Amino acid sequence: MEVGLNHYLALAAILFSLGLFAVVTKKNAVTVLMGVELILNAANINFVAFARFIDTDLDGQIIAVFVIVTAAAAAAVALAIVLNLYERLKSINLDEADSLAG
Amino acid sequence: MITNAILILLLPLAAFVVQISFGKRLPRKGDWLSTGAMFIALFMALSILVDAISTYESNKVLAAQTWEWFSFGSVHVTFGIVIDNLTAFMLFVVTLISALVHLYSIGYMHGDPRYSRYFAYLGLFSFSMLGLVLVDNFLGIYVFWELVGLSSYLLIGFWFEKDSASNAGKKAFITNRIGDVGMFAAIMILFSTFGTFDFDGVFAGVAAGGLSDGWLTAAGILLFFGAIGKSAQFPLHVWLPDAMEGPTPVSALIHAATMVAAGVYMVGRTFVLYSADALFFIAVIGTITAFMAATIAIVQKDIKRVLAYSTISQLGYMMVGLGTGGYTAGLMHLTTHAMFKALLFLGSGSVIHAVHSQEMDDMGGLRKKMPITFWTFLIATLALSGVPPLSGFFSKDAILASALEYGMRHSGQMWIFVIMLLSAGITAFYMFRLVYMTFFGEPADKKKYDHAHESPLTMTLPLMILAVFSIGTFSWGWFEHLISKPSLAAYGAVAAVAEHGGGHDDVAHTAHTIAMISSIVVALSGILLATTVYYWKKISAETWGSRLKPLYNLLWNKYYFDELYAATIISGTLWKSRFLAMFDLRVIDGVVNGVGRLTAGLSNVSGKVDLRVVDGLVNLVGRIVAYAGARLRTLQTGNVQSYLLMALFAVIILFVIQQF
Repeated sequence: MEVGLNHYLALAAILFSLGLFAVVTKKNAVTVLMGVELILNAANINFVAFARFIDTDLDGQIIAVFVIVTAAAAAAVALAIVLNLYERLKSINLDEADSLAG
Repeated sequence: MITNAILILLLPLAAFVVQISFGKRLPRKGDWLSTGAMFIALFMALSILVDAISTYESNKVLAAQTWEWFSFGSVHVTFGIVIDNLTAFMLFVVTLISALVHLYSIGYMHGDPRYSRYFAYLGLFSFSMLGLVLVDNFLGIYVFWELVGLSSYLLIGFWFEKDSASNAGKKAFITNRIGDVGMFAAIMILFSTFGTFDFDGVFAGVAAGGLSDGWLTAAGILLFFGAIGKSAQFPLHVWLPDAMEGPTPVSALIHAATMVAAGVYMVGRTFVLYSADALFFIAVIGTITAFMAATIAIVQKDIKRVLAYSTISQLGYMMVGLGTGGYTAGLMHLTTHAMFKALLFLGSGSVIHAVHSQEMDDMGGLRKKMPITFWTFLIATLALSGVPPLSGFFSKDAILASALEYGMRHSGQMWIFVIMLLSAGITAFYMFRLVYMTFFGEPADKKKYDHAHESPLTMTLPLMILAVFSIGTFSWGWFEHLISKPSLAAYGAVAAVAEHGGGHDDVAHTAHTIAMISSIVVALSGILLATTVYYWKKISAETWGSRLKPLYNLLWNKYYFDELYAATIISGTLWKSRFLAMFDLRVIDGVVNGVGRLTAGLSNVSGKVDLRVVDGLVNLVGRIVAYAGARLRTLQTGNVQSYLLMALFAVIILFVIQQF
């Protein structure tokens, strides 16, 4: 069976859904960050897939590389935030980080 | 002569100003200054009188001058002085009595706390009275008329610590005002018709027939109202007896000799103005007054009150004289009466000064203690009783003759003469009753009698001088020639204007003879009766008093005039005042309060609307916002994942919406 565009899109959709599920449901901040990585990578798969099947130049693949770099930077910043959160609450449970509650 | 007249007028005024300003600081409290000023005025007046007499022409105008006083529009009001024979006599009488009263007061008022003010008031009065006899127009006479009223008020209430004195002052002033309203109305009638206040101008207008008969009579009667008040005629006589609350010299000067005679003078001065009907009215009022006051005087016990009623009665005589056409008779009686009545009052003052009582029941037998007072008093009494050949005899006889002549010329009017003749008898009776009760018999109060003594020379000298003038200064014909009845003809009257009765014909002659004989007879019988009752005591006054109890009570209570006025006019006025006060309090105040309360109520409602509705709306908006906020804040859980979830749902919803 020929692996086509639809297969990549389905894979990306599954990956995005798993990442979203992790972001929404997990209590652990690190796990949430991991979900965010999944979402970003689902987007990367889409970029690369469209670059391979629709637009044959390398624009989509370059953006995917940027996204990987940005995701690394975001992860670094996010992990720093999580560390600060831990410093403050002695926990990384997101349910406890509700000091902005109205 | 004009200068003299002005000086006569201004001297008492100057004395008044000096006394009222710094009288207390002058040596002897300035009595010498006031008295001296009056004596200088007296000598000036005397020189004017000598001029008048030596000229010896009827109603001669010796001097006259007018100045423009003020003007409005085309009306020029002048102020002027006119000196004719009548003025000359009046000036002399006023200055003489005023000067003597000043002199007398030095003794009588000695030691009074308001000594200098007393002399100041006397000066004010003398000024006003002299002005009244000097002016040549109605407005001026009205002004001075009110000024004498004012000084009379001040002097009656001089001892204002006594309620009775201050009340008497008020009574005199208010009663006079009632008459003055009529006088003012009369002056306004004349002024609005003729456009001038001048006597000459008005008389000329009347002579030309400028006023209809009805209006002329109305003006005359209204003008006479002023005299009714000032000269204490019926029915406004009630103030004069009460005015005796003032110091006795004041009673002599103001309430016997001069001011009360101002009404008579005024009627005499404006004599040509009066129509026959107005003169008849004057005669009737005079008759009622003379008889009523004489009868009251019979029973009074206060020596000054007897004299007061006697004064009212004699003023009635003067009015009858004028009213019946006896112009000269009325004015002559004014002059003679001024002399002997002033003497009687000053004499009674001397007695009061000695025994410190006004009740005749406290006196008696004073003849030996006070010889000068007694003899001068007796002379004045004889003069007042009309015993020849004293001055009162001539003038009263002339009035009676005039009344008789009037009765002979007008059928049915003889009653005036009869009543006047009867009153003359009564006059002699009550005057001798007074003399017997005061100077003869046994002393009623031994202690007071022992204490009594003759008064000092300052008091007895005026008595002696006045006694000389009471004895007989004027002979009838001489006086009549000098002051003869004015006639409208002198002002160019048309023939249609009637002359005021009288004349020198047989009727007048007969009337004079009858009047003379009958007046002597009634005077002597009055004296005889008084002697029988009070000297020989053949008839008991007490017995007759109790036998005629109702009559006695009627007279003792002065015909209940005071009670009548108290019950009608005074209580009516009070009732009206009270009604108006209540109206003011209830209705006017009520309206004002109602408006206030209404405003307060409206404000209250408006405040409530503001508070409830407007504030409520504002609060409601606030509360809605607060409520919404409270509800919406729960959305902000602070949980990042729930935010994300919501964003996800939102995206899904948007997606779904886009699909359809």
